[in-house]
Amino acid sequence: MDGGNVFLTLLQKIAPAGVPSWVLVLSACLIGIGILVGLVSVLVMFAVWLERKVSGHIQCRFGPMYAGGWHGWAQSLADGIKLLAKEDLIPLGADAALFVLAPAIMLAAIFGAMAAMPLAPGVYFANLNLGLFAILAMSSMTTIGVVMAGWASNSKWALYGAMREAAQVVAYEIPLGISLLVPLMVIGTLNLGEASARQAGWFGMHWILFQNPFVLPASILFFTAALAETKRAPFDLPESESELVAGFMTEYSGIRWSFFFLEEYAAMFLMSVVGAVFFFGGFESPFTHIARESFGSDSVAYQVVAGGTLMTKAMFGVFLMMWIRWTLPRVRIDQVMSMGYKYLTPLALLCVLGAGIWEAIFPGATP
Amino acid sequence: MSAEPQGSMTLEEQARVLPTGEREFFLDVHTTDLEVNFGPQHPATHGVMRILMRADGEVITGAQPHLGYLHRCAEKIGENVEWLQYLPYTDRYDYLAAMNNNLGYSMAVEALMPGLELPRRAHMIRTICAELNRIGSHLIAFGTYGLDIGAFTPFFYAFREREWMMALFEKICGARLTYSYIRIGGVFNDAPPGWLEEVGRFCDVFEEKWKEYVDLLVMNQIFVKRTADVGVIPKEMALDFGLTGPMLRGSGVDFDLRRDMPYSLYGEMLKDNAFDVIVGKGEKGTLGDCWDRTYCRVYEMMESIKIVRWCLERIEPGPVLGDIPKVLRIPPGEAYVGIENPRGELGHYVASDGGKVATRVRVRGPSFTNVSVLEDLLPGALIADAIAIIGSTDVVIGETDR
Repeated sequence: MDGGNVFLTLLQKIAPAGVPSWVLVLSACLIGIGILVGLVSVLVMFAVWLERKVSGHIQCRFGPMYAGGWHGWAQSLADGIKLLAKEDLIPLGADAALFVLAPAIMLAAIFGAMAAMPLAPGVYFANLNLGLFAILAMSSMTTIGVVMAGWASNSKWALYGAMREAAQVVAYEIPLGISLLVPLMVIGTLNLGEASARQAGWFGMHWILFQNPFVLPASILFFTAALAETKRAPFDLPESESELVAGFMTEYSGIRWSFFFLEEYAAMFLMSVVGAVFFFGGFESPFTHIARESFGSDSVAYQVVAGGTLMTKAMFGVFLMMWIRWTLPRVRIDQVMSMGYKYLTPLALLCVLGAGIWEAIFPGATP
Repeated sequence: MSAEPQGSMTLEEQARVLPTGEREFFLDVHTTDLEVNFGPQHPATHGVMRILMRADGEVITGAQPHLGYLHRCAEKIGENVEWLQYLPYTDRYDYLAAMNNNLGYSMAVEALMPGLELPRRAHMIRTICAELNRIGSHLIAFGTYGLDIGAFTPFFYAFREREWMMALFEKICGARLTYSYIRIGGVFNDAPPGWLEEVGRFCDVFEEKWKEYVDLLVMNQIFVKRTADVGVIPKEMALDFGLTGPMLRGSGVDFDLRRDMPYSLYGEMLKDNAFDVIVGKGEKGTLGDCWDRTYCRVYEMMESIKIVRWCLERIEPGPVLGDIPKVLRIPPGEAYVGIENPRGELGHYVASDGGKVATRVRVRGPSFTNVSVLEDLLPGALIADAIAIIGSTDVVIGETDR
């Protein structure tokens, strides 16, 4: 894999001679940002629609059925337009600058994190060797946005939400990071594309999950911590609409409010992608294997199948999060804290220890 | 910085004991309590209750409920309209259990009419309606309690069955929420053909669906963790505050007006052992916690089904309204009749001077009494627990304020 950017490579091929390189780099960046934002927005719209359909069917309803015709597919679009058209409110006494900045920071952080996500083998926005590290670092930046929003809102409920988020993220970043160490010990790379490529073999089933017995518990720990990290039920305490009205976004309305939504769904998807790559084989599946064998690893067909595989796995993770949200009650703040510190973190450390010993005894898979 | 010089104080002296019994140490951070205005516009106040809360972080240190946002002078209206005209006003205090309110008022007025003999079919239909309404009311209590705890889906499951219950009421009286169906001297009109059979089908289906509620919410581990040992009302405290209904039975006091002061057909049912009184046992935590109250409500629904079945087996054709004149003139006197509303004892005191209009109507509402316990129950709880406690009182603001 080359270390550059696909768009830059593409532009270098088609640009006439004599164009300064900084123009190429800048245009490549802008194109990349445009595509990323568009892609994520569509993804989030789909995820919101999916959430409404999933919740509807779980609750003996249909969910949206009218907007756009077929099963209300355009509901998110219509909602988006409505949110854009709403009055832009900044409450009296709010810290206007921080109030406006908070959703922007969250968006920037989550888009920055998503840039490290591969779309298909060799198709990426940023091919980072420290991909996972970048994703974790950038996505925990969103907490700053939440705390900022809560502080700036001049509302006690929002402040409660912000404080809960701060406490919760600190408690769950640790097990999240430690549980990811387990697959990292097996696969030996932080690059998402590379990690996925190393799981090829065994007819596309050489997943990290099957290479070490401690990966399965680690994946469960990761999923639990990811739920808390993305503020999803049963850990949606920063929002907890029955207690804190709407938590940190109580005072937000219109498009700013929708930015928080966008961040939440993008973070869900991102965490699912990370989980899919580092636990469940990434691009690899028997279908990917067949596509590679029959079309070759440079063909578009292979890339579509591989990208589709990852997307399916990630969407299943998102669906799982929705399923849990519409089934379980919310836990209390002290229960969240004690679960994070007393159970998840020690268990994750145990997994790391076990996986390390296993790798030392059977150093098979690590290249 | 705290005001006192710190050098002269030991760590132990600076520690402050929180209502939870923990000790908190303030070394260089000076914190103050936060006054939070909880409601009247808050999703978990079940209407327009307002509670002024003083909170130290997540821990509540003081709470003061404020009522009156839905006050409509119902009792005063009772002194100004004719006996029968007051009936629709009774619908509007506990709007989730309007049938029971109608029943309570009608029975209070009937107590002043010694010659009045109610037809047996009227008693039967009254009991069926009151118990169906109890199920509907408990469904709301259970569903919204799930919402308070953060589980959305049980609410929709509860509404699925409540919808049928309301359709049944729509068929019998044309209204879905404010029925004014049970009236002085009997019920407004007879059940339409096939209605009683449909009630039987409802009972069969409900029994199946009820198991879902228990599995999905009541026995859910997270739900148990959130409600067990939270908001404990000891037996003595429950009696001191005059709590009634599931609030009292959740604290382990075995008292139900339907059994202990039987009215209408309940005395007959007792001879048949047709129903049991559900009393909290402290199964998942301390006796009298939020879980016990929810347990009482949810399991009471099954007892109501038993009562409805008992009536359906014995109901016979006949008149449904006693001999009531067009213009009611109630003999002079006064009467107090308490009935078991879904929320507890709903008492009506009516006084008459022999005229067309009552001289006094007074309502003893269960929600009003039950909500009084909040002030003592909330301090020491977490914010999230406060929601669980308020939800477990199953307060209907229409009735606390009347």
